[in-house]
Amino acid sequence: MLSQEALARIDREIAKYPPGKKQSAVMAALRIAQEEHGWLSQEIISFVAEYLEMPPVAVYEVATFYNMFDLKPVGRYKITVCTNLPCALSGGEHAADHLKERLGIGFGETTSDGLFTLKEGECMGACGDAPVILVNNRRMFCRMTRERLDSLLESLRAESEEKGRR
Amino acid sequence: MTTLRLGQMILKDCGEKSWRLADYEARGGYQALRRVLQEQWPPERIVEEVKASALRGRGGAGFPTGLKWSFMPRQFPGEKYVVCNSDEGEPGTFKDRDILRYNPHSVIEGMTLAAYAMGASRGYNYIHGEIYEVYERFEEAIAEARAAGYLGENILGSGFSFELYAHLGYGAYICGEETALLESIEGKKGQPRFKPPFPASYGLYGRPTTINNTETFASIPFLLTMGGEAFHRLGKPNNGGMKIFSVSGHVNRPGNYELPLGTPFAKLLELAGGVRGGRRLKAVIPGGSSTPVLPAAVMMECTLDYDSLAKAGSMLGSGAVIVMDETTCMVRALERLSYFYYEESCGQCTPCREGTGWLYRVVHRIERGEGRSEDLDLLQRVTTQIMGRTICALGEAASLPVQSFINHFRDEFLHHIEKKCCLVPREVQRAGSEIAVEA
Repeated sequence: MLSQEALARIDREIAKYPPGKKQSAVMAALRIAQEEHGWLSQEIISFVAEYLEMPPVAVYEVATFYNMFDLKPVGRYKITVCTNLPCALSGGEHAADHLKERLGIGFGETTSDGLFTLKEGECMGACGDAPVILVNNRRMFCRMTRERLDSLLESLRAESEEKGRR
Repeated sequence: MTTLRLGQMILKDCGEKSWRLADYEARGGYQALRRVLQEQWPPERIVEEVKASALRGRGGAGFPTGLKWSFMPRQFPGEKYVVCNSDEGEPGTFKDRDILRYNPHSVIEGMTLAAYAMGASRGYNYIHGEIYEVYERFEEAIAEARAAGYLGENILGSGFSFELYAHLGYGAYICGEETALLESIEGKKGQPRFKPPFPASYGLYGRPTTINNTETFASIPFLLTMGGEAFHRLGKPNNGGMKIFSVSGHVNRPGNYELPLGTPFAKLLELAGGVRGGRRLKAVIPGGSSTPVLPAAVMMECTLDYDSLAKAGSMLGSGAVIVMDETTCMVRALERLSYFYYEESCGQCTPCREGTGWLYRVVHRIERGEGRSEDLDLLQRVTTQIMGRTICALGEAASLPVQSFINHFRDEFLHHIEKKCCLVPREVQRAGSEIAVEA
């Protein structure tokens, strides 16, 4: 269900915790699984549960508690925009509106080509860099003007095409 | 392209290209650890220095660090833990991110010194999920420190051993609460525990644990190098040391400014380039979104330290200064914060789970011009039914903004309710919150 590489990464996470405390690696295991599959299905959650010797419901609880896990399919690029107060004072909402207009979708929606999902995020701890967006939970982009947002979308499209050709 | 504007202690001479071990050593890094281990300091001496420094917790609560450390039963047999809280998600706060990416070794050295003082042999740094790239860098810094003998078995040949690991959060504000954070490391939902017992007696995996904020740990090497008394004198009595202030919102130069505690707010505002567009200052949230808002006139008279802000009716909190100018609608600002607490309540305690929803929905209807004349009393009543009735402080964090916004800006709320519209025209608000990025 997960690649050897993903399992090796999960094993490295398990090794961070004392013997018998495998459960501590559950967030990391779900993150790594999500990175590989794009989202967390019931099957993946059950697999992680078995791998970490946890009851599936305990893994499910964790998956539903933390906001960055996706329990439904998302686009190839999940774009999260912070609109919390400090960001909102410095263009966070303008940036979100611009993305909505460019992509033709609202928060929580995915473009019809399956490329982009737009999400409203809570504080990312980068308020001085507003507007701030996060791509696929990993790459943070700061001080996003409309021009920078446009070129980011452009480069993500190009990146996706590049991957498609390979 | 950095939020680091002024570093004078932890962030001094730090930056994107000078975060590595060799850079830290060139700045005098790991000298405190070397000295403590070579001179075989009794652990109590470290705790005494920290007490003398009047260092107070930099995460928001401001609890005296030396006192917290003295609660650790260091003679207690078996595993003990040191945990760093880098789950920085309090709106307005972005200092730990700069410490971790520009001076990660100061945190590693601080945690190692803390472990030595507390007799702990294992530590975790819990890093906010959204800053994945910073987490990766911290892992790299740990590897550097381990290779150089500053971490791991028999550190610098002293016989003292300490292992440190990074744990990545994944999007839950509540995990910044220390016991929720411990639950989260244990692989559970991040729901706070009842206190007592406190982490010093029952912490991670039920073992004695000391948990401090990133900036607190990062201060330790500097504090021990200059001595507790000297550190204390950097600030003002009872408010020792330097503090990193994260300035966001309507200023020309948002970013992190490391200043002595007791610096006048007016000075910080000046450093941050003043209010954007030369507009008039309206209000400031001085310590992160959970701390009570203060009107401009009150704030301009405050100095930035725990005592001055407490006297003014607010808190230093995490040192996150959110600046709002005259284009801000205070109802709308509160609505956004109330939504945040509603979204982030962990759902464990009924008064908070239900109460934050009430707060958001009522502020939301006032903002939309659908407020009722009894709504301000209703909001007040809901906050008093939340506060003091929950396991953790999120209930207070959600209530204090509501109380302080209404208290200081009652006219704006009444205008919304009576006139069904905002005192600040929508287009003025829009223009005031335009994307403002320096070239």
